[in-house]
Amino acid sequence: MSINEHMLIENVSRRNFLKSAGIASGSLVLGVQFSPALAATGTESAIDFAPDVFVSIASDGLVSIICHRSEMGQGVRSTLPLLVADELEADWNRVKVEQALGDIKYGSQNTDGSRSVRKNYQKLKEAGAIAKSMLQTAASKVWNVNVAQVVIENHAAHLKGKNQSLDFSKLVEIAATLPVPERKSLKLKSEKDQKYIGKENIKILDAEKIATGDTIFGFDVDLEGLKIAVIARPPVVFGKVKSYDASQTLKVPGVVKVIELPALNPPAAFNMLGGVAVIADNTFAAIKGREKLKIEWEHGTNAQYDSRQHESVFRESLKKPTTVVRNRGDFKKAFASANKKLNAEYYVGGLTHAPMEPPAATARLTDKGVEVWACTQTPQSAQRSAMGVLKLPAEKADDVKINVTLLGGGFGRKSKPDYVAEAVFLANETKMPIKVLWTREDEVQHGYYHSPSLQKLEGSLDKNGKVSGWHHTMVNHPIGATFNPAAKTAGSADLGQGDVMFDLPNMLIDLGDTETFYRVGWVRSVTNINNAFAACSFVDELAHEAGKDPKDFLINLIGKDQHIDFEKDGYKYGNYGEQLNQYPADTARLKNVVKLVAEKANWGKKLPKSHGMGIATHRSFCSYVATIVEVSMNNGKIKLEAIHSAVDVGKVLNPDRVRSQMEGAAIFAATLAYYGDITTKKGVVEQSNFHDYQMTRINQFPDIHTHIVKSSELPTGIGEPGVPPFAPALCNAIFAATGKRYRRLPLNQFGII
Amino acid sequence: MIELTINGAKKQFDIDPEMPLLWALRDIAKLTGSKYGCGKGLCGACTVHLDGQPIRSCVMPVSAVVGKQITTIEGLSENGDHPVQQAWMDLNVPQCGYCQSGQIMSASALIEQNPNPTDDDINNAMSGNICRCGTYPRIRKAIHQAAKLAREVK
Repeated sequence: MSINEHMLIENVSRRNFLKSAGIASGSLVLGVQFSPALAATGTESAIDFAPDVFVSIASDGLVSIICHRSEMGQGVRSTLPLLVADELEADWNRVKVEQALGDIKYGSQNTDGSRSVRKNYQKLKEAGAIAKSMLQTAASKVWNVNVAQVVIENHAAHLKGKNQSLDFSKLVEIAATLPVPERKSLKLKSEKDQKYIGKENIKILDAEKIATGDTIFGFDVDLEGLKIAVIARPPVVFGKVKSYDASQTLKVPGVVKVIELPALNPPAAFNMLGGVAVIADNTFAAIKGREKLKIEWEHGTNAQYDSRQHESVFRESLKKPTTVVRNRGDFKKAFASANKKLNAEYYVGGLTHAPMEPPAATARLTDKGVEVWACTQTPQSAQRSAMGVLKLPAEKADDVKINVTLLGGGFGRKSKPDYVAEAVFLANETKMPIKVLWTREDEVQHGYYHSPSLQKLEGSLDKNGKVSGWHHTMVNHPIGATFNPAAKTAGSADLGQGDVMFDLPNMLIDLGDTETFYRVGWVRSVTNINNAFAACSFVDELAHEAGKDPKDFLINLIGKDQHIDFEKDGYKYGNYGEQLNQYPADTARLKNVVKLVAEKANWGKKLPKSHGMGIATHRSFCSYVATIVEVSMNNGKIKLEAIHSAVDVGKVLNPDRVRSQMEGAAIFAATLAYYGDITTKKGVVEQSNFHDYQMTRINQFPDIHTHIVKSSELPTGIGEPGVPPFAPALCNAIFAATGKRYRRLPLNQFGII
Repeated sequence: MIELTINGAKKQFDIDPEMPLLWALRDIAKLTGSKYGCGKGLCGACTVHLDGQPIRSCVMPVSAVVGKQITTIEGLSENGDHPVQQAWMDLNVPQCGYCQSGQIMSASALIEQNPNPTDDDINNAMSGNICRCGTYPRIRKAIHQAAKLAREVK
């Protein structure tokens, strides 16, 4: 049975627990639940199901749709509720979107991995369809006709052949008494009947509030008697406060208290870093008070870490990889006997997320637990963090209420609720409502970094200029070390290294080992950033070595139409948590985006002097993207002349938000390619703010063009897939323009930005 | 006591004269539309108008703005219908939205001073405002549209 067949849906309007959720008992409430264990036993009488996503209709006909994923600019609040509304035939003007609290009853709320669409497409459509079906039955009872005589359209039931209609508001009471239809009986809309899904001109849900400054982000939360906390954290991870003197701090007007936080011991996970908190009536006083703290630190063993020197450790590690990920044919033999061979080393610097809103969380104790307001990508992890701090057992989850604000960007940083733990700890210590704010310096210096990485690529060409062997070896500080200090092997090959989609007779993919000295985390598109940079650059290098057009060479390298069988190469590929039979690695789709972008960008056209075009393609998060960048070089500086991408995300739910994500991905990727370089000396991050961890700006970009493939494949996400191919396409373009190959990011070290 | 004129209204503040205007607006006046992004005047998220000129409120002590007209995003228009706000909504400019008040304040100051800006004019005027989500191409389009709308109204 598939996951979908395990899904249970039932009318929960009579359930007691809903009353505690504040939903009027007279309204029709549908819950979509996922419970394989219960489905297997066929038991539907259990009352502790965890509802996944709700749609409810009030007696005035207002449809409430809950968005259980976090909005951080990807448009999830403007997109997921469309699925419910469309199937339900709701009038969007009579729909209210409510942001869910953190609660396991919704299933996973973890908003990362570009999976909100993938994981919720089917069940949200079904929730809408169930509601529609019940309203249809209710109308048939009112009119005393067969259900087939009733059509639900535009927020009302209509009697076929008659001029009779009943608004949803007139049907709610009866519908609430009806049994929930079986999932199998549902007839979901065909694409041609869709009114919102896939349409242009879907307005951003929060646009008006954003344009008038009326939104509430994590930084904006305000409560009666709220105090502001800023924290002086150990400069080196796992460092400790040896001693501190707060006498000058306490003289700052507005400073209320100074509190030491518990020191952090491995693993870092999502725990607090420790340090000394300054609590004040306002942010200025808190910041000023922190400046006046005198702290003596014990830095600990991570103070040995110098990221520049560590490159030689990386290089040694690549000489003796420890872990073979994928192996096909005999690379070593092919390489040894090759007609032409090429090898290249690529380095990508460390990165931090730098969301415009740094982390922020507010906590207030309640009678039994705590209430939190936070810009979090993962309210359930935040809930677990808060429970950990207060030492509450799992059954007390209801006593920890997590409100999700809007997120001023996330990019993976706000998946890690260390800042929520800090707020809860300080609220508990002071018995005051506390808002912990991270300054930009805090965000840059105490992050969960994308690790710097070193990669070696080796390739061989046969006498026809075809690639006969491919070896990609990589080392970085693995994310796993954040959770298990013993983790040494680089990760993750599944993101753009092991899962290359080239048709090659001989291939070897392996990983090196290294120690880790700070917190490593996932940053938008994760190791696809460095893996795709190296792999897609190297393809271009091979094309030039073979004397072939890079686009044609790329299409040939992808080869015949097929769904890649990774197991054949001894490779257990994670495929972003999806089954390969549902979300295959489809070479036809990859070639298609290459061809589409080449056509749209007019690949091969005659370019002015000192211009160049570069191409790269990459499948990540089950989505397919190909990007062409055109640059010109003026007085030794790069100028972006044109950016085109073709993208295949299967069925498109909200084309405007797909385009906006692709625009944002190019700009995010340009920033990392130009400037991304978090470095450490003696374990301390050397950068601190936007002057030394720079962001690209408006004057550096032309218009960005996105070409969307029309597809009826399962829909996939777009938050991250646009990032990986940009940097290699850029560097391939620079090579085309100048003949210079840049194998190290960021590019500003070469004086060309 | 420090008296500030914010969005046309005079208000007394019992605060350190060195407090940056941003924190006075956000923490004391409870106007949270202006955002913190860097605290160093590097990103523009805190942009407000001072006598019509865009300034970075995070590095502007309140003592320096006494007697001047301070306009924040909340006071840009009465009904949220300033041409820049309209164009922003019309073109679906925002992504996360956090930097957008600052962007809108910089953009509205630009078209006030330059009713028909070129791409270069826009790039110059807006390059102090960082958007990490990457709304730059739409910002440029929206400013052209807003400028046109403003010219038609006048």
